[in-house]
Amino acid sequence: MIRDIALGQYIPGKSCIHKMDPRVKIALTFLFIIFLFVANGYVGMGVMVALVIAILLFSRIPLRQYFKSLKAVIFVVAFTSILNLFYGSGRVLVQVGFMQITEGGVNRAIFITIRIVCLMLLSAALTFTTSPTSLTDAIERLLRPLKIFHVKVHEIAMMMTIALRFVPTLLEETDKIMSAQKARGADMESGGFMQRVKALIPILIPLFVSAFRRAYDLAMAMECRCYHGGEGRTRMKVLKARKSDVAITVFSLALCTGIILLNIFLPGAVR
Amino acid sequence: MPLIETKDLTYVYGENTPFQKVAVDRVNLSIEEGQFIGVIGHTGSGKSTLIQTLNGLLRPTSGQVLLDGKDIWAEPKKIRSVRFRVGMVFQYPEHQLFEETVIKDICFGPKNMGLSEEEAQERARKAAEFVGLSPDLLEKSPFDLSGGQKRRVAIAGVIAMDPDVLILDEPTAGLDPRGRDVLLAQIVGYHQVRKNTVLLVSHSMEDIARTAEKILVMNDSKAAMFDSTEKVFSRDKELEEMGLRVPEITKIMARLKEKGWPVSTALTMEQALRQLMPLLGKGGGRDDS
Repeated sequence: MIRDIALGQYIPGKSCIHKMDPRVKIALTFLFIIFLFVANGYVGMGVMVALVIAILLFSRIPLRQYFKSLKAVIFVVAFTSILNLFYGSGRVLVQVGFMQITEGGVNRAIFITIRIVCLMLLSAALTFTTSPTSLTDAIERLLRPLKIFHVKVHEIAMMMTIALRFVPTLLEETDKIMSAQKARGADMESGGFMQRVKALIPILIPLFVSAFRRAYDLAMAMECRCYHGGEGRTRMKVLKARKSDVAITVFSLALCTGIILLNIFLPGAVR
Repeated sequence: MPLIETKDLTYVYGENTPFQKVAVDRVNLSIEEGQFIGVIGHTGSGKSTLIQTLNGLLRPTSGQVLLDGKDIWAEPKKIRSVRFRVGMVFQYPEHQLFEETVIKDICFGPKNMGLSEEEAQERARKAAEFVGLSPDLLEKSPFDLSGGQKRRVAIAGVIAMDPDVLILDEPTAGLDPRGRDVLLAQIVGYHQVRKNTVLLVSHSMEDIARTAEKILVMNDSKAAMFDSTEKVFSRDKELEEMGLRVPEITKIMARLKEKGWPVSTALTMEQALRQLMPLLGKGGGRDDS
């Protein structure tokens, strides 16, 4: 059923990663992703991999979920790493026709694989442990400096929240409408391309109509509660960085400095 | 031979996931042709899932649904033909309208059956008449109609396929009292003319008492009772334990009987009045309650 598709895959829990300030989580996720690409030696990369594994374990989310999120990129990973095998220079290991696999190529392939996999795992860890609402909350806070440039930060965040909120609702609605049209004999599984496109009309029109209806209802409900945008609005849940958040930030920064130092003093495998 | 039969019908949502839930648990039913059956059960009891397995929208996890003695999933590619024979009107069916005009929308089902344009139109007009849509509405956009009219259009869209079995999931939800009465009367009227089999899901015990000859009670994913309306509503204590109740008037008559009044059970106001008026010394027979 269409409902089974995992979107906005927040998995509630009580781990220390769940409890972190979402702003810190987003900022650190970005920092770590950048440093996945900064690290260019095996030692530095080893540190990053250990860090990612530690995050996965601390999040107390079944590893199966993480494997599932990797499934989507398995093709990309395989493709790019195989392509990278043939780039690079250094000692020739295997000669296949005019193509050659070099030591540099192997290093590149290994690194690119680790980088993509870790990148996916990190972002999965972020979305698994942070509810969509606190995620948008945090994004709103982090983007606040952009207000100087008259970017409507609050409105953007509100739109994101609403969009995320309605994804499951609309999926459910789609499911219902599909069932109803199938009950009237709609055939969605056979026929040529044009026929299949035509078969979508009885689903898309009611879906749009109901999406608009919901939008009007929501707008009405928001106005009834005197919503008028971000100006002077206070929050029910004020984001507070705790001591542990500060400690983790300091630790992460130290780690990243370490990786920079490693890059300088240890010869990198990939340049 | 019963028209529809289920054998150990079981449906499990999200099998082998942490969210696994048995929605229908080993249900055995046998529905004869021409019966008008009420389906009751509190929210989440599995009634919606059950009816969706009956017309092949959901494939049972285990067990069978037999239509005319044949397993409907024997040939999965022909499941559409089952859906034409077992018509299904969902809750709030007005949300599924999509065509430019009312008549075109009603024609959607018949055309999917492979009928010609004229035949489809013919059936659509008949169906519209049955649900009380006046002919001048047929060329309008369904989105310009009132809520009650939209619902009629949607119901007509299923009736136009002329199914042998008509399943209605809360057809009167959200309608005003008169709209409810009229729509129910039309469904009953259609049943009497067409002699089709009807399954009516409702939360209104009064509606069920007025229309159904047999009641299926779903409780906790199982078929708890399947018996004549009188018999089911005479088990009021059990029903209340399941979060259901019997019609108010049935309850009142039962209490009167407990207190020693010479009355028997009644399902509708009319039946009750016929018994009570003579007792009050005002010669009964008033039907215009």
